[in-house]
Formats: sequence, structure tokens, C-alpha cells
Amino acid sequence: MTGLSFADAIQLLLVGLSQGCLYSLIAIGLVLVYKATEQVNFAQGEFMMLGAFVGYQFIVLWGLPYWLGALLTLVFMGGFGYGVDALVVRRLTGQPVFTVFILTLALGIALRAVAGIVWGFGNYSLPDPIEGNLALGPVIIGWSSVLAILVTAIVASGLYAFFRYARQGVAMQALSLNQLAAFYMGIPVKRLTSSIWAMSAIFGAIAGLLLGPVTLVSTQMGFVGFKAFAGAIVGGFGSIPGAVLGCLLIGVTEPFFDIMFPTFKGIGAYLIMFLVLLIRPEGLLAQIYAKKV
Amino acid sequence: MRVLFRKSYKQDIRLFRDRTQAFWYLLFLCIALAAPLFLDGYFLDELSFVYIYAIAGLGLMILTGFSGQVSFGQAAFVAIGAYAHTILLSRYGVPWILSLPLAALITGLVGLAIGRICGRMHGLYLAIATLSIAIVTERLIGGGGDFTGGHRGLPVPGIDIFGIAVDQSWKTYLLNLALFVGAILMTRNLLRTRSGRALIAIRDSEVSARSLGTNVAFYKAYAFFLSAVFAGLAGGLLAHAFYYITPETFGMGESIRLLLMIVVGGIGTIHGAIFGAFFIVLLPTVLSWVKVLLPGAIATSGGFDSLAFGLILLGFILFEPDGLYGRWVKIHHYFNVFPMYKRRSFQRQKTFLKTERLK
Repeated sequence: MTGLSFADAIQLLLVGLSQGCLYSLIAIGLVLVYKATEQVNFAQGEFMMLGAFVGYQFIVLWGLPYWLGALLTLVFMGGFGYGVDALVVRRLTGQPVFTVFILTLALGIALRAVAGIVWGFGNYSLPDPIEGNLALGPVIIGWSSVLAILVTAIVASGLYAFFRYARQGVAMQALSLNQLAAFYMGIPVKRLTSSIWAMSAIFGAIAGLLLGPVTLVSTQMGFVGFKAFAGAIVGGFGSIPGAVLGCLLIGVTEPFFDIMFPTFKGIGAYLIMFLVLLIRPEGLLAQIYAKKV
Repeated sequence: MRVLFRKSYKQDIRLFRDRTQAFWYLLFLCIALAAPLFLDGYFLDELSFVYIYAIAGLGLMILTGFSGQVSFGQAAFVAIGAYAHTILLSRYGVPWILSLPLAALITGLVGLAIGRICGRMHGLYLAIATLSIAIVTERLIGGGGDFTGGHRGLPVPGIDIFGIAVDQSWKTYLLNLALFVGAILMTRNLLRTRSGRALIAIRDSEVSARSLGTNVAFYKAYAFFLSAVFAGLAGGLLAHAFYYITPETFGMGESIRLLLMIVVGGIGTIHGAIFGAFFIVLLPTVLSWVKVLLPGAIATSGGFDSLAFGLILLGFILFEPDGLYGRWVKIHHYFNVFPMYKRRSFQRQKTFLKTERLK
């Protein structure tokens, strides 16, 4: 790799950082659901795609002002996430994890098809939340990327505090340990679980709205979700700081890897994940230490 | 209802349960053998695809259904098998009869190496690790330059066994059928032996399997090896069925399709892999018949097939988690006990989440 100056490296680093933040937002949605219900949502990438498409509908097709459209998108996706749990996923409470894998995979396939039927299979552009660039000497970074980094920082630290201090957050932790016991203690298990799905869908939609301008909105954009999975696993699935850390690691190393090995573009994330899993099979900040018999 | 008397210990591990069962399976075999007499080329080719997918499905069933290791990356092994077979055939001029087992063996060794690494992972970690293997394999083949033909792909030479060209539908059909029956017998035999029971013990509880003296790490890698051998075999045959292979044919979507196939068929049973293969190969044909009856706007949109696939799967997971084979068992049971059938006998117990995490 020749000709990579210091400024270029910083530039790539910032690009990677904002990309990593978007992965983190998706991963946070995954980890939230996992933390509270031990279900793994393989359709999280599709939630993000749906969020981007709904935003496209409000903002571009109906011509609403950006922030109003974005807000409506988040409300819509929140309701959608709530509904997915209340109508579909709840039926499989307590079943083996594998069953939920398959359920959410199928859901992802169906959502991709629905989005394709409703909006078409092409590529659509979504406007940037904030136009213009921030120039720091030779390094240029879009305000949208800055926004992505900020949003992720706020969401991650907010959630960390939420699970630590808020009454609802502690209730969610109780729920994740033993649902029946939590129910006996007066925790509204069903409503809380569905709210978690709603939250996770909202974070997915935020990621979709921020990623839409970068990669264009298409039915295939949900596959980014698998990189978020890789990131969350690097950090140790089930820990929010771990997920953010892992996704940032993957996001930052990815552009450098792609420049070094252009023929193998896009697999850097998975190779890093493999490396980490080889050394620490439970991820960097492990949550699972052993399994009950 | 028939009562099964046990007269010897061997009875539990016989190839067939009783004469009736043996009769039915042999009858099916005879019908399958005679199929070229009354089916035309199109249906024979479709059936060939069913057999090939069933071989791959049996491999995945050994891994996921019997040893309990979820694999989202089976298409990677199919791809390795297909490429190894094609490259051996066309570049090194290895005879077909040697090239196919060699390709299966190469795939098996790759599977063994991956199994050694992945044997330490469980559940989600294993799923994502195998998924990334599928993605990485596709990229490696695509970036392999002239050796793998890159993204342009490779043409597959015809089949030639001892100078006999297998070039017509009925010939390839019989070849695929023979290998398919062989694969079923191998899987059935595996389950009748010590190593097969070890795999099932690991699936049901790894800790108890270990405490009973099963070498868990070895058997997990062994399951990966066997599964990769089957996938490699299926890959070699699939290459011939496609005539031309590209890395995109064996991408991540294909891996997930294979996994969903055995789930629809019925996980943890040999029948499941076969029913699932029928489902996945014949679904597009059936859907194209259904589409004629639907209004044009829905039928012509590109997402109809995958929407139907996704919804059918959702239905299976929610209402019939044991898949097509589970449904068949229920129907069979209904007629067996005829007026006494109770729905309750197959009802799922209500379950609640209790964490498996320990802090």
C-alpha cells in the first residue's frame, strides 16, 4: 500500500468511524432484543431497510419536511416493531433459539419481498439530514457523518444508563433472567417485551435514515445487518458497550482492508471476527461464561 | 394400531423397522428407477435437482439436525465441491469417477478444519461464524483470478464414466438417483452406529454427552467432515446440472435456502431432508401455476416468489415446527389410531424464557 498519506489515513479513519457508528446502531437494536429476551433478530437489517424505505416514502415521495418525515418514520417503525413481537415472535417465547433464528430469517425474506413489491427493486436516493461538509484542514467529513457519530454516542450512553439506573431498564433485566418470576413480581412482561422490539426497530430505522444517503436505499441494504452481527459478536453479544466497541473496530479497519486487498473487498469484517473468536470464543466483553446443564 | 414386540436388541438398530416398511421403501425405489419410462426430460431434470439438493440437505441434517450445530454456511462447502470437481476435471484431466470422490474428500478436509475451529462455538456465534465462511468463500472464489475463473465463472465439462458419456436426461437422472440412494443409506447407517448416537447425544446435551465419555470436540469436527463430504458430492453433481458455475450461484442466500429447506422438511430426520428438497425444487414450478390464477399486478412483480417462500416458512415455524415430516407423522398417527385421535397428543407445552447465561 503505497501513497497513503497521513491525511488520507485520517480521512479513512473518519469514514470508518462513521460507518462503524451506523453498524453500532443496528447492533444496538440486536443486542437490546437479545438482552431482554435472548431472541436473536436476523431481520434487524431488514428493519433498517424498511425504515429507510418508509423515510423515502415520507420525505421524497410525499415531500414532507425532512425532520417531520424522519419523526414519522420513527413512530411508524416503533409501531411496526411492537406489532412484530405482539403478533409473531411472542408465540415462540421460550422455544429453542434455533426456532427464532429461522422465524426471523423468514421474516427478513418476506420483508425484503414486500419492500420490493411496494417500492420496487431499484436504488433510490434519500437526502442527507444535514447538507454540507466539515473541513478540518485537508480532512473533509460530511455533517451527516458527524451526526451519525453523535447519535450513536448519545444512544449508546443513554441505553447504558437506562439499563443501569432506570426502573424500566432494571425490569427488562429481570425479564431476561426469568420471565415467569418477573411476571410474578408484577412486571408487565408482554408489554415490556414488545416495547423492546419497538425500541430496536426505532434504532434500526435511525440507522436506515442515516445509511440511506450513503449507500442508496434498496432491498439489498439489509445485508449490512450481518456486518453489525459480526461487530456485536466481536464485542461479545449481549453487551451494549461491547457491541459499539466491536462495530467501531470493524468499521475502522474495513476501509483500510479494502484498500489493501481490493479483490477481496468486503470480507475484512468477517476475517476480524474470526480472529477475535479464535482468541476469545466469547467475544471481547463476554456475557456468557458457561451454559447451564 | 400395531404393537411392536421386541425380540432382540438388534431390532432397534435394524435398517428397516419391519417388513412393511421395507416393502414401501423398496416400492418407492422401484418407482424412482422406472421414472424415466413415463416422465419426460423436464421432470427428470427437476427430479435430478431434488436428489442433488437432498444429498446436500442430508449433509446439513447430519450437522444441524443430528449434531445440533447450526450452519448458515453450507453453500460454501457445496461451492468448494463444485469448484474442486470442475477444476480437477477440466484442468488436470482427472477421470470423472475419481474426480467426484476427490472433490468430496477435499471439501471434507476443509470442513474438518472449519469444524475444529467452530467446534468451540455455540448457537448464535456458530451461526454467524458459518455465515461468514459462506461470504468469505464466495469472495475468495470470486477473487481467485484464473485459477477459479473469478466472477466470470467456469464451464463444466460433461460426465464421462469409463468412456460412456452421460449426456441425456435419463442417464444423469439414474446417476443422481444412485448417489442419492447411497447418501441415504450412509446417513441411515451412521445413525445406527456408535458415532451417530454420539452426535445425537451431543445435540441433546453437550454436558451430559461429555460426562458420559463422548469426545465432544472430535465428534463435532467429525460431523463437520461428514456434512462437508455430502455437500462436496452435491456440489460436484450440481456443477454438472448447471453446466456453468459462478461464485454467485453459491452465495449466502443459497446457504440460508439450504438451511430453510431442512427446516421445512422437518429437522432431525432423514425424511426431512428429502421432503425439504422436494419442497424447495418444486416450489417455483408450483408457484408459476398459482401465478396464472392471480391478478397480473401481483404475479408479475419480482418479489412474489420470495414473499411466498417467506410466508410459507413463517407458517411452518409458527404452526408446524416439525416440518413436512412432522405433519406426515401426525397424519399417519391419525389413521393408525383411527377413531381415537386426540389433538392434544401433539400439543406444544407452554414455555417461558429462563436464561442460559451464567454470571
